[in-house]
Amino acid sequence: MSQRRGWKRWLLALATLHGIVACAGFFAPYDPAEQDRERPYLPPMKIYLVDAQGQFHFRPFFYAVQLRNGSFDQFEESSDQAIPLRFFVTGARYRLLGFVPSHVHLFGAQPNRIYLLGTDAYGRDQFSRILYGGQISLLAGVLGAGLTLFFGVLIGATAGYYGGWRDGVLMRAAELFVALPWLYLLFALRAFLPLAVSPIQAFFLIILVIGAVGWARPARLVRGVVLSARERDFVRAARGFGATDGYLLRRHVLPETSSVILTQAAILVPQFVLAEMTLSFLGLGVPEPVPSWGNLLASLQQYSVLVSYWWMYVPALIIVPFFLVYLGLASALQQDAGAGKIERTTGGGRW
Amino acid sequence: MVRMARMARLCTFGRLLGCGLLLAGAGIFSRPANGFPPQASSSEELLTLPGEIGQRGGRLVVSLRAEPKTLNPLTSADAPSREVIFGAMQADLVHINRATQLTEPALAKSWKVSADGLQYTLTLREGLRFSDGQPLDADDVLFTLRVYLDESVHATQRDQLIVGGKPLAVRKVDAQTVVFQLAKTYGAGERLFDGLAILPRHLLEKPYAEGKLSQAWTLATPANQWAGLGPFRLKEYVAGQKLVLERNPYYWKEDTKGNRLPYVDELVFLFVPNADAQVLQFQSGETDLISRLGAENFSVLSRQQRGYTMSDAGPGLEYNFLFFNLNEPGEKTSPDLARKMKWFREVRFRQAISAAIDRDAIVRLVYQGRGAALWGPVTPGNHRWANSSIPHPARSLEKARALLKEGGFTWASGPNGEPELVDSDAKAVEFSILSSSSNADRTKMATLIQDDLKQLGMRAQVVPMEFRSLIDRITQTKEYDACVLGLVSFDADPTPDLNVWLSRGGTHLWNPSQSHPGTAWEAEIDSLMQEQLATPSYRQRKKAFDRVQQILVENQPMIFLASPDILVGAKNSVGNFHPAVLEPYVLWNVEQLYFKNTAENARR
Repeated sequence: MSQRRGWKRWLLALATLHGIVACAGFFAPYDPAEQDRERPYLPPMKIYLVDAQGQFHFRPFFYAVQLRNGSFDQFEESSDQAIPLRFFVTGARYRLLGFVPSHVHLFGAQPNRIYLLGTDAYGRDQFSRILYGGQISLLAGVLGAGLTLFFGVLIGATAGYYGGWRDGVLMRAAELFVALPWLYLLFALRAFLPLAVSPIQAFFLIILVIGAVGWARPARLVRGVVLSARERDFVRAARGFGATDGYLLRRHVLPETSSVILTQAAILVPQFVLAEMTLSFLGLGVPEPVPSWGNLLASLQQYSVLVSYWWMYVPALIIVPFFLVYLGLASALQQDAGAGKIERTTGGGRW
Repeated sequence: MVRMARMARLCTFGRLLGCGLLLAGAGIFSRPANGFPPQASSSEELLTLPGEIGQRGGRLVVSLRAEPKTLNPLTSADAPSREVIFGAMQADLVHINRATQLTEPALAKSWKVSADGLQYTLTLREGLRFSDGQPLDADDVLFTLRVYLDESVHATQRDQLIVGGKPLAVRKVDAQTVVFQLAKTYGAGERLFDGLAILPRHLLEKPYAEGKLSQAWTLATPANQWAGLGPFRLKEYVAGQKLVLERNPYYWKEDTKGNRLPYVDELVFLFVPNADAQVLQFQSGETDLISRLGAENFSVLSRQQRGYTMSDAGPGLEYNFLFFNLNEPGEKTSPDLARKMKWFREVRFRQAISAAIDRDAIVRLVYQGRGAALWGPVTPGNHRWANSSIPHPARSLEKARALLKEGGFTWASGPNGEPELVDSDAKAVEFSILSSSSNADRTKMATLIQDDLKQLGMRAQVVPMEFRSLIDRITQTKEYDACVLGLVSFDADPTPDLNVWLSRGGTHLWNPSQSHPGTAWEAEIDSLMQEQLATPSYRQRKKAFDRVQQILVENQPMIFLASPDILVGAKNSVGNFHPAVLEPYVLWNVEQLYFKNTAENARR
């Protein structure tokens, strides 16, 4: 039973990370589209507990930052003006989890502004944008994986269970889908769409595309499992007793695929987050000023940004803990399923 | 870097469209008298250029953002070809000095204008020779004009040579003198001759007779089949890598000490398709000059200057602007667009948007402060033609709101509780702004404008789009709301921009190719532009064009935004480096560039 706890720990970590992103409005101090035109490309501000005189402050504080004279992107701290960080401040209006209207933020420093991870070319808060961007990217990943698995199971189970010509047709289609040059098709598809695609339309388009592209792999995996499950003794026995196809699939065959599906889900979500990032990076994703992890990274296409503003890399680092947790979960699930399988085949354990 | 190529193309494209309508009558041409065998003159009249005396030798390396498509001046439409051909390989009769923006004698040592402004008498320099040693005379000029004006050749310069609906007529007086006859006065008419490369009759007459002229002079042409009058001549072309030019020993310019120009022995164009790669190559010292830099890359290079100096030549001629779809709604116009067009046609709506745009922020955030805010089409870089009386009002949301209110707009409460601008039918004001996806600067401008307009309660959406399909939408289907675009002229004079301002012009972007001017103010601009064409007097022309600028500001068909500085860099060892704000920014005086330390250069 220890393996079970293993994946539960991963799941808890996952839920925490997702919870933070889902409540981006609360954790982010500012609206992601708000521009501070006086401070473009501001480096991350430092938070202090000890001031220039060596005195300790209980409340964390930071120093005001000003543009150096005549410069575009060189800033300096003025150490005479310490600004305390405040918690649970009121600020920009937002909707918690998408529907609860609120304007309380975890931290802030009104009327001054605090930029934990610096600002981008328009002086927008990078920290807020990363949190809000996560909403788009993760939701696209999760919904895309859900859609993919739905189609994957449907097609894989049909092919594996019925076999014969259905299997042939569906699996050849899957191979075709794997072989298509998707990126180019996407560019072509975008040309046919209406001129102005609203962020919501673009978002669903991405999910649809991701779902349509990804079903082939899980379908082949599910087919394999179904193919072997169909020939198992207890399935044959049930069929012998006159069970219908629907009953057999529901009761005996599909439960066999659950470990494959769960593992696939844990692998597919980060993969699709990455796919969303690629699409947005190439300008096919959600339009400005709505942030997503992909379009946050898009500015790195410019050499000047690459060499001048290191904090623009942060969105790329943010995905690391997410991927780590997802892949940890996937391997924990796989171990668990593997152990279960051994127990079942040897006839011992829980049964 | 793609930006400039694209804009240049837009300019030619516009000229094609507009002047197509000006076409009339067939070519009037006085044929040259019997072809005299070209005679070599003993005396040479070299043009003496003032400036620092340089040293001979060395190889100057610059990068081009794409491979030139051709070496044929007749068919060159892409910017890299034009840069190579007109910057280094060919010469014109009269040349516009890129630094002073005034015309200067070139192949023609002098010109005379008749009292009615219709006849230009040009006297050629004595002893001119093509780069293969063959002499040039009036017959070559006649041949060149015949070729340019021949419709079957499809020369890109043809439109430029049709003035007042009729092609330029040309007549030979003697071996050194030609007379050009214009059907109508054309402002400063001698500017027509700038960029008109004179072609060698001895090499091109045969392909012309065979009808193969437009296929002649590709990049693969052997060096001995090619000849020009520019400072450099063809040496070698390596596909996909570089174009090597060598010094033209017959070039017709000298320095004040009597040394024949150019100074450098070789000029190499490397093909580097990517702006960032160009920066890296310049940084590593592989190229000697760099131009067409964006502000970001400029500041990267400025931060770590090693052996090179970066300079900001000030605002160029590029003007960026936002414009709305002011076309007459037709049958095919969607009802949604027709509804929006009603707002766009309201002048106070456009004035309000102009008042709400934070131009200083555009200059600061898009150009990192290396640019100028614009309130009219003429940039501060064009000091001879800018109307100094145009006001520069600061951004004012109050003024914008007052104008919108006067225009019949009101505010309602939006879905999230914020104020939302609605028109008289209580429909929310929402539109999209197109921008070219390959131009990060203009997309950035559109994003800033989007935020500015949000503060007025308007919802604007930025739609980056591939450049060709964007132009197609603006000039053909006319299905768009608004667009951020930029134009750059090759000349500071207002005449090359005729097609932008005349209502029948193809580049009259907000409502192109009209048969009759749609509004009173467009009609006034039309007549003012014709008026400035009709007189050679700078003062009268300036007065007319000042009024044009004022009308544009009052009616805001284009909401002018900003103009970027011309940002360039050169190795410290390059002498006589004087960047200009006109194209080609750094190579305009390529014949005078030299290496201060040729030994060091040779080691590369």
